[in-house]
Amino acid sequence: MYGFEALTFNIHGGYLEAIVRGHRAGLLTAADYNNLCQCETLDDIKMHLSATEYGPYLQNEPSPLHTTTVVEKCTLKLVDEYKSMLCQATEPLSTFLEYITYGHMIDNVVLIVTGTLHERDVQELLEKCHPLGMFDSIATLAVAQNMRELYRLVLVDTPLAPYFSECITSEDLDDMNIEIMRNTLYKAYLEDFYRFCQKLGGATAEIMSDLLAFEADRRAVNITINSIGTELTRDDRRKLYSNFGLLYPYGHEELAVSEDIDQVRAVMEKYPPYQSIFSKLSYGESQMLDKAFYEEEVKRLCLAFEQQFHYAVFFAYMRLREQEIRNLMWISECVAQNQKSRVHDSVVFIF
Amino acid sequence: MGDGGCCQTMDLLRSEPMQLAQLIIPIESAHCAVSYLGDLGLFQFKDLNADKSPFQRTYAAQMKRCGEMARKLRFFREQMKMEGLLPSTKSYRSNDLDMDMLEAKLGELETELIEINANSEKLQSTYAELLEYKIVLQKAGEFFPLAQRSATAQQREFEAQHMGDGSIDSPLLLEQEMITDPSKQVKLGSFTGLVPREKSIAFERILFRATRGNVFLKQAVIEDPVIDPISGEKVDKNVFVIFYSGERTKNKILKICEAFRANRYPVADDMARQYQMIREVSEKLSELKTTIDVGLLHRANMLQTIGSQFELWNIMVKKEKYIYHVLNMLSFDVTKKCLVAEGWCPVFATSQIQKVLQRATLDCNSQVGAIFHVLHTEEFPPTYFRTNKFTNAFQEIVDAYGVAKYQEANPGVYTIITFPFLFAVMFGDWGHGICLLLATLYFVMQEKKFSGQKLGDITEMIFGGRYIIMMMAVFSIYTGFIYNEFFSVGPTYPFGVDPKWHGTRTELPFLNSLKMKMSILLGVAQMNLGIVLSYYNAKFFKNDLNIWYQFVPQMIFLNSLFGYLSLLIIIKWCTGSQADLYHVMIYMFLSPTDDLRENQLFVGQKFLQIILLLLAIAAVPWMLFPKPFLLKKQHEERHQSRSYALLHNIDDPLETDLHEDSHDHKEFEFGEVIVHQLIHTIEFVLASYLRLWALSLAHSELSSVFYDKVLLLAWGFNSIIVLIVGIIIFVCATVGVLLVMETLSAFLHALRLHWVEFQNKFYEGDGYKFFPFSFTSIQDDEE
Repeated sequence: MYGFEALTFNIHGGYLEAIVRGHRAGLLTAADYNNLCQCETLDDIKMHLSATEYGPYLQNEPSPLHTTTVVEKCTLKLVDEYKSMLCQATEPLSTFLEYITYGHMIDNVVLIVTGTLHERDVQELLEKCHPLGMFDSIATLAVAQNMRELYRLVLVDTPLAPYFSECITSEDLDDMNIEIMRNTLYKAYLEDFYRFCQKLGGATAEIMSDLLAFEADRRAVNITINSIGTELTRDDRRKLYSNFGLLYPYGHEELAVSEDIDQVRAVMEKYPPYQSIFSKLSYGESQMLDKAFYEEEVKRLCLAFEQQFHYAVFFAYMRLREQEIRNLMWISECVAQNQKSRVHDSVVFIF
Repeated sequence: MGDGGCCQTMDLLRSEPMQLAQLIIPIESAHCAVSYLGDLGLFQFKDLNADKSPFQRTYAAQMKRCGEMARKLRFFREQMKMEGLLPSTKSYRSNDLDMDMLEAKLGELETELIEINANSEKLQSTYAELLEYKIVLQKAGEFFPLAQRSATAQQREFEAQHMGDGSIDSPLLLEQEMITDPSKQVKLGSFTGLVPREKSIAFERILFRATRGNVFLKQAVIEDPVIDPISGEKVDKNVFVIFYSGERTKNKILKICEAFRANRYPVADDMARQYQMIREVSEKLSELKTTIDVGLLHRANMLQTIGSQFELWNIMVKKEKYIYHVLNMLSFDVTKKCLVAEGWCPVFATSQIQKVLQRATLDCNSQVGAIFHVLHTEEFPPTYFRTNKFTNAFQEIVDAYGVAKYQEANPGVYTIITFPFLFAVMFGDWGHGICLLLATLYFVMQEKKFSGQKLGDITEMIFGGRYIIMMMAVFSIYTGFIYNEFFSVGPTYPFGVDPKWHGTRTELPFLNSLKMKMSILLGVAQMNLGIVLSYYNAKFFKNDLNIWYQFVPQMIFLNSLFGYLSLLIIIKWCTGSQADLYHVMIYMFLSPTDDLRENQLFVGQKFLQIILLLLAIAAVPWMLFPKPFLLKKQHEERHQSRSYALLHNIDDPLETDLHEDSHDHKEFEFGEVIVHQLIHTIEFVLASYLRLWALSLAHSELSSVFYDKVLLLAWGFNSIIVLIVGIIIFVCATVGVLLVMETLSAFLHALRLHWVEFQNKFYEGDGYKFFPFSFTSIQDDEE
């Protein structure tokens, strides 16, 4: 019932919306980032973070700190918040919240499979997995030799199972088809999430379709750029694009045949929202593209908080926190490696 | 602070005169001086480095060190908690341990403790592993014979069947078996181990899928939870045995076991070996046990010694951290040899502070003494009342509404009496009052015992307000006597409301009229008090505007309407007149010129009424309009004169800075002032003291319902059981509804009458509290 969410939304969603907005108020501000960027050691960072919501998570860490510890603890905070929200949530919000983690699940699956392919230790790989994308039998992934086994053994029990229908083959796993699997899964995931949000209707559908379309388009661009110069055929490339978003369908046709970054740029500049992103980059450059996309994404995510009575705030909050953790990781890494001049290269201010 | 009791001269009406002081302390004695000031607890430091982030400040390194020490202490506390030890609170023997030594000691202890923990963890893990092994051996030992038995049974059955009928298909199969069996001679491998019970089903499923069903898995439940060697936690587990064939399957199973954290243990096939293994493992276990026990004892001893010193260290570290926190707020002077502090202190504390600074200089052998001098400022000083344990709770009630502006009249003084009194007007019953008094006296008597310990949420609240409740109880006993209420029984004594009224048809109309009129009188009295206080405030702050355009019209308005009503009530009570006061008041507005006829109470009443009405009508615009306009004019004048004034002051940089600061905040917004004034005027008219009557009525009615309908009804049955049930219900209702709920509601309404009806007449409440740097608050804040 679009326009009438205000009547009924608060019955089930009101409490959690308040909670998530409270969490959002705890995001680091530009002033915090400025202070963090001036830090000399990781201890300084810890000291500064002790005044923020991360304080309780870092205060018991002994002093020679590592970047991984900082990131791990900050992620732990996000996971704790997520879990408590999920506990409180009722349908359909709980399903919505679960959808948010599927992306991490896909990444974890790919991480483990690639890792075992290169004969890395499973426990070590498990520690690298994002805690939000964990599922019970994730470690068993190491047993699988090909896609079919992967599906039959493990993934059939997970929410990812339906996304797998496209990529069940008996070929042995290698780097190339793992990457294709990742993108196929992601495509199916985004489309499913998109459909789910449309079904929810109202402001959730409106805002989420915008955010997911952006995500889909960004992936399309990244797939195109990464597949330039590989043996991936145009048709195969075309198949990896999600079937929605601003670029669908005509932009996809053009992206599929693009052979270098400048052609991609020419395609994208036809779309006004992306024009501004590409206009920041000089020709032939793709290094800063990620940051430009992140900045645009953060802007859109922040806008999600301007409306009330919808679920997109949860998605936006999770994404913003993840961006914040990425920022913290970059800053800590720069500080730890004495590369302070590069601090600003990859930090995306949230406010 | 000032726990000196009532003999100390307390100036509760106006907050303590404060001064902004500057301390110039040589660096070498700064730590000492700040520490002594913390003991004194009468100086509020201002943050002079507000623009610097925490790690850019002077003493950031020391703060970090303190943070490290605090972390170590937290680690010890956690370890002690795990061990079930409590840090002993009685260990305040002060030793002369200085900070560096403490830091070294804490570091030593931490590394030692961590080492001990790591060792014992390793041992524990080995122990747990062996224990698991033992369990596996025992359980698996049951499997094998069982399997053997069923195998032989099957064999026998099969043979019997084979002998019985030679059907068409069986020979073929049999032949095949015969052929395949000896050649391949299925080399069945087996794994035994433990898998967490919650994962066991998934484990089985995955095994089945991965090997396409070509395994034999048997599980057995272990009744008691087992300690997991890796995580060290207690987990419910199952013992499993897997039989498989083939190398590939073996690898797969190994990987799956690893993924499920299923610990595998080798089990020998034949029974004799198994028994031997069990024996060996048991021996090893008992050996390990003694080693572990020794380690644990050592650890417990160590924690015991830590525990005996823990509180002392904790407070030392907290103090140190607090001191550096304060030192970080100070700025350097030009020579970089002294630290400059600014802050507020009460005027009476000047000599104490100077003495403390001198002591610091002496104790640190500093060449130069610290300097204390008073700064002049236009900033508003913080508000500081010296309260004691009795007045504190009442002051809290006022502070909850808003902290008094510096030196403005403090309603807390009057609240001490008026609050319990208004409460008692609503809660008048001396029976209930005595119950309340007894309950609160218990808290007052046990004060010493309770004040040291942590109480629950509600108990804490009651304990904090014990003196308020005591006063409320005393006053309700008094009003109860006046109302002649004792659990609604209506005893007879020679004053107060005549008990003859009790139970008559006219009881309610009589009491209503009495209580309503009484409420009006009390309300008018309290509001007048409030307005008079606003006069004293205006006079104190030399604000003529408030006297002429707020105090005077308010006084006129209130007294020409409600004051007049009070007058009529008193005259009516004194003369016993039959006049209808509603009628008088209503027609005073509707048709003031009409003849009063039988409602006339005194001569010249009509004339007086017309004059009062005119005055009241005139007072409303008088209250509403002139003040904002005059304020605006004043502001504009000040604005003009300011540009000239600046030039004169320019030689004193500090002074002008402060001037500018304070002026910046005073942007004048006319609309806001008008709205504010309007709200003030409306609030003024909407006083609602009739709640006094309503709640008092509700209380007495409720108590009479419980008395008549429960106790008397039960009495009437002439049966002991019914009577006992009746008494139980009566007691529960009295305690639950009348003593708890009614107390809360009367408290709430008294609170409203004070905050809204009384305080808004004069109280600005936009000050901020004096928050001195003091060590006394350290002890009770636990993270």
